[in-house]
Amino acid sequence: MLFFSYFKDLVGREVTVELKNDLAIRGTLHSVDQYLNIKLENTRVVDQDKYPHMLSVRNCFIRGSVVRYVQLPPDGVDVDLLHDATRREARGG
Amino acid sequence: MSWAGPEDIYLSTSLASYLDKKLLVLLRDGRKLMGILRSFDQFANAVLEGACERVIVGELYCDIPLGLYVIRGENVVLIGELDLEREELPPHMTCVSAAEIRRAQKAEREASDLKGTMRKRMEFLDLD
Repeated sequence: MLFFSYFKDLVGREVTVELKNDLAIRGTLHSVDQYLNIKLENTRVVDQDKYPHMLSVRNCFIRGSVVRYVQLPPDGVDVDLLHDATRREARGG
Repeated sequence: MSWAGPEDIYLSTSLASYLDKKLLVLLRDGRKLMGILRSFDQFANAVLEGACERVIVGELYCDIPLGLYVIRGENVVLIGELDLEREELPPHMTCVSAAEIRRAQKAEREASDLKGTMRKRMEFLDLD
């Protein structure tokens, strides 16, 4: 549940989601669920010329299982907080 | 998954806010289906009414009508809401018949196969 909570904190931020088929989409993180499915708003495809069919897609749902990377805003990770939470979770509490 | 009330469907990751809208569904094999979302579940299984496949080859495209489609969720990559205000495709693209797009698809496939075999034969040169 750690990364689910973590992504919930990123809601409203601008992220780039790179998929396993190499499609990269930039947009505002609208929501995330326990499968790490992601909904983005105001999306634009990073390489628009290669994916003309994505031109009129403004909002989208991305299935968690096809995500390769989520690129975060530079100040998006509080490493210490995440580290502490990981240790807490590893101890079972 | 809990059943979201009508006011929080727009906050959740559920597909409920896309119901009865025209969507673009990208599949794992690269196909692009368009249609109206009528039903879905937690696996992203989806029912599309009036579905069609949009085949794009270079600057050419064609919408091939399919009818009512039930898509198994594991094949879904992305479900995008189509903004009806915006052009669906760049203006320089031309709509062609199904027969023409099939021909273009075949030509493209043959060209890439040829490229593959050429590369294989030249591998001993240790390019890159």
